[in-house]
Amino acid sequence: MALVMVVAFMGATVTGCKNKPKDADLKTAVETAIQANPKLSASGVTVEKGVATLSGQVPDEATKEELGKAAAAVPGVTSVVNNLTIAITNVEIAADSPLAIAVKDATKDFPTVTATVADGIVTLKGELQKANLQKLMMALNALKPKKVDNQLVIK
Amino acid sequence: MALQEKYKELIDVATAAGVNELNVREQDGVLYIDGATSGTVKQQLWDTYERLDPNYASGDVVMNINSVAGVADGSKLKVTTNSSNLNIRKGPSTNDDIIGKAARHEVVTLVGKENDQWWLIKTDQGEQGYSFTQYLTPVE
Repeated sequence: MALVMVVAFMGATVTGCKNKPKDADLKTAVETAIQANPKLSASGVTVEKGVATLSGQVPDEATKEELGKAAAAVPGVTSVVNNLTIAITNVEIAADSPLAIAVKDATKDFPTVTATVADGIVTLKGELQKANLQKLMMALNALKPKKVDNQLVIK
Repeated sequence: MALQEKYKELIDVATAAGVNELNVREQDGVLYIDGATSGTVKQQLWDTYERLDPNYASGDVVMNINSVAGVADGSKLKVTTNSSNLNIRKGPSTNDDIIGKAARHEVVTLVGKENDQWWLIKTDQGEQGYSFTQYLTPVE
């Protein structure tokens, strides 16, 4: 019985220590946690009084959030300052893209319409008379886009 | 399958009208409808689509119905611009220089199809160049 008490006490002591790990140990743990993600490049981690600050570059917002959560999940980290930045991917030059050229041709007679193309998705902004909408949509749908995101204000 | 339910009426109209090579499939939240048919049926399909999705605001359909697939070289085409003259260009893009014009409702001849957007046409005055198919309607 006494032995059980001692073991239980020791356990509590060890657990108690784990609740307040050193910042240096936390830094290593956070680094291990976030560097498992292959999308992270040029990372930096600092920990001060349990607050982990992340820096580095990631390709998108989702990865940034994911890494922030991974750091926050490390036992002993009290909070996370997520300073990860999202890398700007190469800007596609519209003229090089057949879809963008075709979209430009199809929309040129509708000067109130602004069309952008990204990842096969044609996004329409601006305004248009209802009478012209079907004609424009017919032309755009024939260009084999992935999707037409129509945000036009229809007059 | 949810989109096929939403646009069931549209698919039914296309099926009933006997659209050639009708292909309907759903991918990543978009329903793709392809096929070839007459200009009249194409109009009917688009009117149905517009009724089911007012102002095409949902962005969950890409409908590519070709009503000019069967138009052969040498066919007569009517210029159906909204109001202006039709530009005839040196090459198949708006980046190419304008080398001629065809009046609204003028009838021109199809010389050849560069692609679905640009056709090589010739006017009765002998001007030859590329025009946007959106403004050319086969004379039936």
